Amino acid sequence: MASRTSEQAPAAVRTPLAQTASHGLKIVIVGGFGVGKTTMVKSVSEIQPLSTEEIMTQASVGIDDASGVQNKSTTTVAFDFGRISLDEYRVLYLFGAPGQERFWFLWDQLFAGSLGAVVLVDTRRLQDSWYAIDRLEFHQMPFVVAVNRFEGPEPALEKVRGALSLAGDIPLVDCDARRRESCQNALITLVSHLAHLSGEPTDWETAP
Amino acid sequence: MSLRPVDRESPDRLYTVTGGRTLGDEDPFDLVSLIVSERDPAPGMQSEHVRILRSCRAPMAVVEISAILGMPVSVVKVLLRDLLDAGGITVRHPSRYTPHPVMAQLPDRETLKQVLVGLQNL
Repeated sequence: MASRTSEQAPAAVRTPLAQTASHGLKIVIVGGFGVGKTTMVKSVSEIQPLSTEEIMTQASVGIDDASGVQNKSTTTVAFDFGRISLDEYRVLYLFGAPGQERFWFLWDQLFAGSLGAVVLVDTRRLQDSWYAIDRLEFHQMPFVVAVNRFEGPEPALEKVRGALSLAGDIPLVDCDARRRESCQNALITLVSHLAHLSGEPTDWETAP
Repeated sequence: MSLRPVDRESPDRLYTVTGGRTLGDEDPFDLVSLIVSERDPAPGMQSEHVRILRSCRAPMAVVEISAILGMPVSVVKVLLRDLLDAGGITVRHPSRYTPHPVMAQLPDRETLKQVLVGLQNL
């Protein structure tokens, strides 16, 4: 990890933000191990995804019922991120967040002030998404669900919706995390959903 | 994604870097707060402070500094606090940043509109 970080680090230096950049924004991509979070970040990021870590202390564990964490030693948890300069002022950071229960403490930092979340699911392991969806609903954090298609078009989206017990008003889209346009579409779906939640529809909500 | 003990990461060094300090509940930085250097490094400055000042000649997010230094976010925040107190950096906070964030607070519509336009132009 440490060597990976130092090799990748120059990307953020080689591609500096504009001097005018002033508004950092966050979207969190959450999902189980191997579902394609980092692939998705890489597909749309203007820099090679960076990896960093945060210290997980006993105090933070206590915030949520992380009953799986009984180890008293302090640990670190790694996470990846990328960025998109939206205009001369706004920079959108995309974080890949692990969806498992024991990482909930990290979510607090990632989700604080974030626009919303894309839950990336693998239909072969839908159960990996249940915890994340449950927590997002509990915290009333807006989200959309993107199905990363590893093995073709089956099962149909409506079957996935049923299997995830997803409410009808939560957008559900197909996504190939390797394809830039596909990831772009998932992000646009999320922001359109946020716009819909924030009030009366306007013409600028309509994605192309 | 991995969990591993910090003691494989030379905790003595991390402890030394921060002098054992933490920010506690007074965390003035979000992960995406943008940091800008306001001065050049001075002779004799702690090497991590020097690296931060050099890295932030263009605005850089807290989380990017953490990746570049190869140090956990909370350690980097202690170093940033030193620089902030000494007037070495300024912070451009995210528009929705509050020290005690409300999780479910929708962004303003102008921000949403600009984000949407930015994404559509990718």
